[in-house]
Amino acid sequence: MNVHAQSPADQEAVAASVGDPWRDFVPGSWTRDIDVRDFIQQNVTPYEGNASFLSGATDRTHELWAELTALLKQEREAGGVLDVDATTVSSIVSHAAGYIDPDLEQIVGLQTDAPLKRAIMPFGGYRMVKSGLEAYGFKADAALDKVFPSLRKTHNDAVFDVYTPEALACRKSGIITGLPDAYGRGRIIGDYRRVALYGVARLIADKQAQARSLELATIDEETLRAREETAEQIRALKELLQLGTLYGFDISRPATNAREAVQWTYFGYLAAVKEANGAAMSLGRVSSFLDIYTQRDIAEGNLTEGEAQELFDHFVMKLRIVRFLRTPEYDQLFSGDPTWVTESIGGMGTDGRTLVTRSSFRMLNTLNTLGPAPEPNLTVLWSEALPKGFKDFCAETSIRTSSIQYESDDLMRPYYGDDYGIACCVSAMRIGKQMQFFGARANLAKTLLYAINGGRDEKSGTQVAPAFAPVTGDYLEFDDVKGKLLPMMEWLARVYVNALNSIHYMHDKYMYERIEMALHDRDIVRTMACGIAGLSVAADSLSAIKHARVRIVRDERGLATDFVVEGEYPAFGNNDDRVDDIAVWLVETFMDCIRKHKTYRNSIPTQSILTITSNVVYGKKTGNTPDGRKAGVPFAPGANPMHGRDTKGAVASMASVAKLPYSHAQDGISYTFSMIPGALGSTMADRVDNLSGLLSGYFLAGGHHINVNIFDRATLVDAMDHPEKYPQLTIRVSGYAVNFIKLTREQQLDVISRTFHGQH
Amino acid sequence: MVSIDLARQPGRTVNRPVHLPVTHGFVHSLETAGAVDGPGIRYVLFVSGCPLRCQYCHNPDTWHRKHGKETTAAEVLADLGSYASFLKRARGGLTISGGEPLTQVPFIAEVFAGAKALGLHTALDTSGFLGRNLPDAVLADIDLVLLDIKAFSEATYHAVTGAELQPTLDFAQRLARLGKPVWLRYVLVPGLTDKADEIDGLAAYAKALGNVSRVDVLPFHKMGEFKWADCGRPYQLGDTEPPTPALVEATRGRFRAAGLNAP
Repeated sequence: MNVHAQSPADQEAVAASVGDPWRDFVPGSWTRDIDVRDFIQQNVTPYEGNASFLSGATDRTHELWAELTALLKQEREAGGVLDVDATTVSSIVSHAAGYIDPDLEQIVGLQTDAPLKRAIMPFGGYRMVKSGLEAYGFKADAALDKVFPSLRKTHNDAVFDVYTPEALACRKSGIITGLPDAYGRGRIIGDYRRVALYGVARLIADKQAQARSLELATIDEETLRAREETAEQIRALKELLQLGTLYGFDISRPATNAREAVQWTYFGYLAAVKEANGAAMSLGRVSSFLDIYTQRDIAEGNLTEGEAQELFDHFVMKLRIVRFLRTPEYDQLFSGDPTWVTESIGGMGTDGRTLVTRSSFRMLNTLNTLGPAPEPNLTVLWSEALPKGFKDFCAETSIRTSSIQYESDDLMRPYYGDDYGIACCVSAMRIGKQMQFFGARANLAKTLLYAINGGRDEKSGTQVAPAFAPVTGDYLEFDDVKGKLLPMMEWLARVYVNALNSIHYMHDKYMYERIEMALHDRDIVRTMACGIAGLSVAADSLSAIKHARVRIVRDERGLATDFVVEGEYPAFGNNDDRVDDIAVWLVETFMDCIRKHKTYRNSIPTQSILTITSNVVYGKKTGNTPDGRKAGVPFAPGANPMHGRDTKGAVASMASVAKLPYSHAQDGISYTFSMIPGALGSTMADRVDNLSGLLSGYFLAGGHHINVNIFDRATLVDAMDHPEKYPQLTIRVSGYAVNFIKLTREQQLDVISRTFHGQH
Repeated sequence: MVSIDLARQPGRTVNRPVHLPVTHGFVHSLETAGAVDGPGIRYVLFVSGCPLRCQYCHNPDTWHRKHGKETTAAEVLADLGSYASFLKRARGGLTISGGEPLTQVPFIAEVFAGAKALGLHTALDTSGFLGRNLPDAVLADIDLVLLDIKAFSEATYHAVTGAELQPTLDFAQRLARLGKPVWLRYVLVPGLTDKADEIDGLAAYAKALGNVSRVDVLPFHKMGEFKWADCGRPYQLGDTEPPTPALVEATRGRFRAAGLNAP
C-alpha cells in the first residue's frame, strides 16, 4: 500500500532549492510506489570489468582512520568498553550530535555524542544493561532503578512472566541456548535505501495512507495491533527527521547526490542502532543502490573515483564503530563484540544482468583502504554468472584479508528474488518485505544424550525432558537409539517453538523496532527462525553407533556419561553417504518436528545450521558423546565436520556439507573453511583461480554459505602470544568475522585446532 | 509475497558402480582439494612405492608399496566420479602422484582411462625414472605430465636420488616427440641443487624440448623430517635450511631467462 508521488508543487519546490533529486533517473513503478528494487532495475549500471579502476584512500581517509584506530586501541586497553552514557535512555533523538573529527568526516552521525561511547537500551531488559554497566566499571543511574521494572516493564521481564517451567529448565540445562530474551532480537533489516530515494516526508505520507487503509469495519485485535504499529512507525520517522536536523541536514526530501545518498541511507541505519540493540543489526544491500548515485555524479563531473571511494570508506568507518553495551558473558558467547552489520554485495538480477557495480568493488575495497575488519560483515552473493573480474577481486581480497563470506545467489534467488539481503550470518530475506523472528538454536548432540538417558541431563542429572525409557543395555544399538531420539526431538521442538512464541509476542509488545519496521511494507512475510547446533557431533555419534560398536559407561547415578567406541566409523565431512545421510536425516527430521507447531503471527517456520561461535559454549555444556568427543570439547561451528575428522581434503568436506538440504534449512547452512596460502597455489594468480574454482564447485554442489580463511596456523599462534602485532587480524568464524585478538584464549585455541586444509 | 518452497530438493543421483576389470593398486592417501599439482582444483591420488630415495623426500612413508592400502581402480573411479562435476567446475581434474605412479602402470592406466571417460583433465606427477614402463596408449589418456627433474648432472642426480638421470631425460625426449604438455618441477635445495650452471643447463634443455609450458621451482622444506625418524632412517638434510626467497626468485629468473614460464 503506497501513496503516489509527491505533488508537482512539492517537487518543484525541492528542485528549485537543491536541484531535482531524480534528475536523469529512468522512471518506473518506483516513481509512483515505494519500490527500491524497481529503481535499481531501471537505473543500475552493471559493471563487468576488473578492479583496475579503483582508487586508494584519500589523505582525509588516512587521517580519519588513524584517529579512529587510536580510539579503538584505547577501547581495547580499557577492557573492551571505552565509555558509556549511563543516564540517557537511547532513542533516535536522545543524544546531541557527535563527531570523530568534523573537519575530516564526509559522512556523519554517531550513536551518542562521542565515538565509541555506548548508549543504554533498557527496553529489551534492564538487568542486562545493569550488569553490563557494572561489569565495565560504570554505575547504573539510581533514577533508572526506580523506572525499571516497577514503572516500565521490559521485554525481558515479560518473557519470564510467561515462560513455562519446561522452557526455563531447557534454558538452564543448555539444550536450548542463546534465546533473545534479555536484549534486542535483531535480524530485521530496514530498507534504509528508502530514506535516500524518497526522503522521509514521502515515507511518512505513505505510512499515513497505510494507517487509513486500516480503518476497517471490524477493529479486531490484529487490526488494532497493525494500527498501533503504524502509528509508532510514523512517530519514529518523525524522529528520524529530527536526527537529520541535529546534524544539519533536511532529510525530509530525497538525496540529490551520492554524498547525500550515503548520508541519508546511513541516517536510516543510525536511527535503527540508536533505538534497538538487536543481536544482529544488518545493513541490507546498499552498495549497488548507492552506485546509481555515484555514477550520476561522476557523469555530471561532480565526483572523482577517489571521492567515491572516500564516501564508502567514511561510511564503512561508521559501520565499524557501531557499539552496544553487552555483558562479558554475552561477548564470551559471541566471541568479541559483534554487531553483524551485514552488507550483501553482488548477485544476479532475475533478468540475467549482474547486480555487480563499481560500488560493489568499492565496498570490498574498504578492506584494502582501511585494512581488514570484522564489521561490516561483507557478504558476497556468489553466482556462477558473476563477471570474472569481480570473482577474481573477491578471491584476491579474501586471500589477503580473510574477511569475506560467500553465499549462493543461485540457490537463494529462486526463493527470494533479486533484492534480498542477509541478516546476521546466513539468513536471507527480501528487503523491506520480510523479517524474521530470531530463534537461536537447540543442541542436537545434547538431545541425543537425553534420548539415551531418558530425559535426564548428563551433567546435572536433573530430569529435564519427560521421563521416556532410557537405553538399558551395555552397548548402544542404532535402531533403539534412533527410536528414542525421535520422541525427544518432538518434545524439544514443542518446548522450543513455545519459548520462541513467548519471546516474540513480548518483543513486539515491549520492544517494537519502530524505525526498522517503518522501513518495511505494510504487509510482510515473517519467518520463525529456529536453529540447530552440534549437527556433526550428533551425526558422527549415530554413525559410530551404526558402523562401529559403542559401549556405555554409566556413573553411580546410572547415567550414561561416557562412551567407548570400538572400531572405526565413517565421519561427516568425507563425502561418505553412510554418515552424510544421517546428517541429512537429522536436519529434515528436526525441521519436520518444528513444522508441526503453531507459530506466533503465523510466521513460516525455518531453521539454520549455525552456531555463531557459541560452538565453544555448547561444547562446554555437553557431556561425553558417543562419537568419542569428550565432555567440554567444542562442537564444530555451524554445519562443519568435527575438527580433524575430515581427512580427505576440502572438496570432500564441502561435498558433505553441500548435501544438507537448504529446503529444510532455509535460514541458512554455515560452513567455515580454512586453508593455508601455500596449499591454495604457488602464486597469487593460481590462488585466485583456485579459490574461485573451489567456490564455484561448492556452490554447484548445492552449498549455501562459506567463510573463507586463508592463513597459516603459525600466524594465529603468533597472534595469541603477540596480540599487539595483529590489531586488525580478522578471521571468519561462523557466519561472521571476528577480531582474532579479542577472542578468549579458549576460543583462540578452538580456532587453531580446526582443520586447516593443506596443513602438514 | 515470498514463496517459500517447502518441497524437497530432487533426489540426488546415486553413484552407479563402474564395471571395469578389477585391477588392484596401492594407494597411500588422497587429497580431494589439491591446488598445487596441476591446473585448478585436483583430486590427487598418492600411490605407494618409489624406486628413488631422494634426500629431501617429504613422503618417505610412501616408498614401499606396502605403505599403501590395496584398492581397485573401480573403487577409485567410483569415488572420483562423485567429484567429477565439482572438479570440472573448479577447472581442475585428477592428478596421480606418489610415491612413483609408474610403479603401478596397469592400475593407473585404468584410473586415467576412467577419468577421461568422466570428462576430467588428467595429470601424472612423476620423476620419469620409470618412463619406459609407460605405453603410448596410456600416455594418450594423460593430458599433462608434471615431470620432476631433480638435478641436471648424473653426479648430482645420483647424490640426490641414488639413481641415474638418463632414463628421465629419455622420457622427457619422448614426451617432447609426442607433444605432450609438461610442467617441469625442480626442488631447490641449498648446497645440493642450487648450482647455477646445472640450473642454466636444465633451463636450456627444457626450453629446447618445446613442450614445457610451466616451470615450478619448489623450495625445499623440512616438514617431512619427522617421517624419516618414524621410518628409522637417517635424515641427511637436518642442518640444511630452506632456500631464501631471494634464492628461489633468482632460480625462477634463470628459467625465465631461458624463455620459460616460471611463475
